[in-house]
Amino acid sequence: MKKLSARRRHPLAALVVLLLALACTGGLYAAFAPASKAQADESAQSLAIDEGKKLYAVGCASCHGTGGQGTSDGPSLVGVGAAAVDFQVGTGRMPAQQPGAQVPKKKVIYSQAEIDQLAAYIASLGAGPAIPSEEKYGPEGADIAKGGELFRTNCAQCHNFTGKGGALTHGKFAPSLEGVDPKHIYEAMQTGPQNMPSFPDTTLSEQNKKDIIAYLDAVNGDDTESPGGLSLGGLGPVSEGLFAWVFGLGALIAVAVWVAARTAKAKKS
Amino acid sequence: MSTAANEAPRSRGKAPAGERVADWADGRLGIYSLAKANMRKIFPDHWSFMLGEVCLYSFIIIILTGVYLTLFFHPSMAEVEYHGSYVPLQGQMMSEAYASTLDISFDVRGGLLIRQIHHWAALVFLAGMFVHMMRVFFTGAFRKPREINWLFGFLLLVLGMFTGFTGYSLPDDLLSGTGIRFMEGAILSVPIVGTYISFFLFGGEFPGHDFVSRFYSVHILLLPGIMLGLLVGHLILVFYHKHTQFAGPGKTNKNVVGMPLLPVYTAKAGGFFFLVFGVISVVSAIATINPIWAIGPYRPDQVSTGAQPDWYMGFSEGLIRVMPGWEINAWGHTLVLGVLIPLIIFPLVLAAIAVYPFIESWVTGDKREHHILDRPRNAPTRTAFGVAWLTVYFVLLIGGGNDLWATHFHLSINAITWFVRVAFFVGPVVAFIATKRICLGLQRRDKDKVLHGRESGIIKRLPHGEFIEVHEPLSQEQLHTLTAHEQYKPAEIGPTVDENGVERKVSGTQKLRAKLSESYYGEESQIPKPTVEEYKEITSGHGHH
Repeated sequence: MKKLSARRRHPLAALVVLLLALACTGGLYAAFAPASKAQADESAQSLAIDEGKKLYAVGCASCHGTGGQGTSDGPSLVGVGAAAVDFQVGTGRMPAQQPGAQVPKKKVIYSQAEIDQLAAYIASLGAGPAIPSEEKYGPEGADIAKGGELFRTNCAQCHNFTGKGGALTHGKFAPSLEGVDPKHIYEAMQTGPQNMPSFPDTTLSEQNKKDIIAYLDAVNGDDTESPGGLSLGGLGPVSEGLFAWVFGLGALIAVAVWVAARTAKAKKS
Repeated sequence: MSTAANEAPRSRGKAPAGERVADWADGRLGIYSLAKANMRKIFPDHWSFMLGEVCLYSFIIIILTGVYLTLFFHPSMAEVEYHGSYVPLQGQMMSEAYASTLDISFDVRGGLLIRQIHHWAALVFLAGMFVHMMRVFFTGAFRKPREINWLFGFLLLVLGMFTGFTGYSLPDDLLSGTGIRFMEGAILSVPIVGTYISFFLFGGEFPGHDFVSRFYSVHILLLPGIMLGLLVGHLILVFYHKHTQFAGPGKTNKNVVGMPLLPVYTAKAGGFFFLVFGVISVVSAIATINPIWAIGPYRPDQVSTGAQPDWYMGFSEGLIRVMPGWEINAWGHTLVLGVLIPLIIFPLVLAAIAVYPFIESWVTGDKREHHILDRPRNAPTRTAFGVAWLTVYFVLLIGGGNDLWATHFHLSINAITWFVRVAFFVGPVVAFIATKRICLGLQRRDKDKVLHGRESGIIKRLPHGEFIEVHEPLSQEQLHTLTAHEQYKPAEIGPTVDENGVERKVSGTQKLRAKLSESYYGEESQIPKPTVEEYKEITSGHGHH
């Protein structure tokens, strides 16, 4: 005890205590804090960006430029955000097959993991809308009727009453929304791909988007029933007129031919 | 028979009940002579003569189903909140007309089926009238004495179009509302009076609160009433004129060969009514039409792509879609030629076919009655005109659906629009020339068949090695049918100078008529049909085959 009490007032004692305390807190923090996870995420993120950059260099750079700055063949991707990538690549529109009025939907050639990597890379070029989480486009808490009203006000001009698609000028078109993943519909509204105007949250709130998606699912989804029978493509009077001519009048003329061919035989006198 | 004959003397004192009732009625209504004259009316048999019946029966079906629909439809534009069974519209504000149409579709027993029968029958009715009119046109059945009946039929078609349009507008859904807006725009484009007419029609600014109830009376009362009258007149005239028939052995301009109205045609027509009703009901049960619940209630601030009228108004849609958006701005007023010109062409397209019979009779100067139908090939100019008119009509229908052509055939809507603009002028000319050539080719073929017989397809080798195809001579009936038509000589002006050298005055219309007549019946326009001498020479000669 003599030794200890002799050193208690040593000028360096405070320093030693401070060091010990620091070591303790540091050790405890190292033991309890989720430091390791944070570190791993960070590295995964940068890994994704690296991988995305490689994919980008192979699949996208020829049109969008080596750094996403855009060329005469493709627009700049700086600031378009992960949502735009997820939509364009996730629906198979990108990489484009050929230049044209509009790049059509086709078979998706990247896996979702690769798409996420590409999205991470593009998102790293500049801030833009992120890929929405499922609760944003899920059916919970959505007002279908409101969605219908919003759809008819904002979308039907191009996409038809129930999203069957329509024509735009010079070979461009608003595609059918049948069978489109709700996530992609959300992203399309958010980012305005190709000829579509964008509807950011300031124009159409998150709730509005959710309502529209729920409406489309109700009138154009997989389990939508057509109470009146065959919907004839939902294209309105043109397909109805064609059907009336071919199957309505066509059948009646066939019946008329049949009736006229079966007649009472004239009596030979 | 024998029992009836035996009973007859016994019951001489008192006639059977049926006879007494008939006698009672005859004494007051004079039905004996009426029935005697009409029950044995003869009708010829041909499937194309039943197209008119298709129209008549679909009209009856439309009336029957329409009466049912009026029981549940509320022609009111008062705004209500929807609380029916269709979930995607719950709580939406809409007019009572739209809400009651939803109720008919979802909450009235059989309502949706009846609505669909009503609408499908309307489309079939118009299509039937169109084809019926074409049958009458191409066979020349509109000639004297049937010109007035042709006009009755034409009026029925036009009134049918507008009855259809007003009916299509009643549910006050987004699609039909857009159609009404289109109509309002067309009315507004009329210089000076357009605005006044529009305000009169809608009771103020579009859409107002009146048009559904106004269209309702027009749709269920005014137009169908006129149509019913015309229809009765049309049928009475068919009875009075008797039906036309195709040429054939034993068929002349003075007789009608066929079956009597009673009992054969009564049975056939009655059965055919149920067949028509059946076909339309099956179509209505299979396929949906005008799903107004998916279309949504009308609001003037909303519009959808693919907004087209029903098919019979499609050509007017085509006119407006392909017309360049020209306008003239002067002295603070705008003349919207882009809408006004289509509005002017719209009735002209219809009038062109309506007045044709009168033009033809003027050109040919033919004042005789015709009860034997022409085969279209034997009237090449008429047939060519009809096909040219159809070309215009269908080109405009393409224009009216240009967006669907674009999306379904991966074309540019601009390219289609330009195609329609060019084809509107070029198409009928090409169609006219091509049809006339085809008709002449068919006339040559008929001539060849008459003179040389039918190609049998049998190749025969003669003893000396020559191969010939055996031609089968036609039967007398076939020969008659192929040569029964009359061939006209072009009307000539005649010498303009008489024997004394005095010049005769020839008016411009006479010259025009002679020219048109030449184009109708000149050497270029018909192949002389084989004469008896030609036929005899060829069939009696040796070495012909």
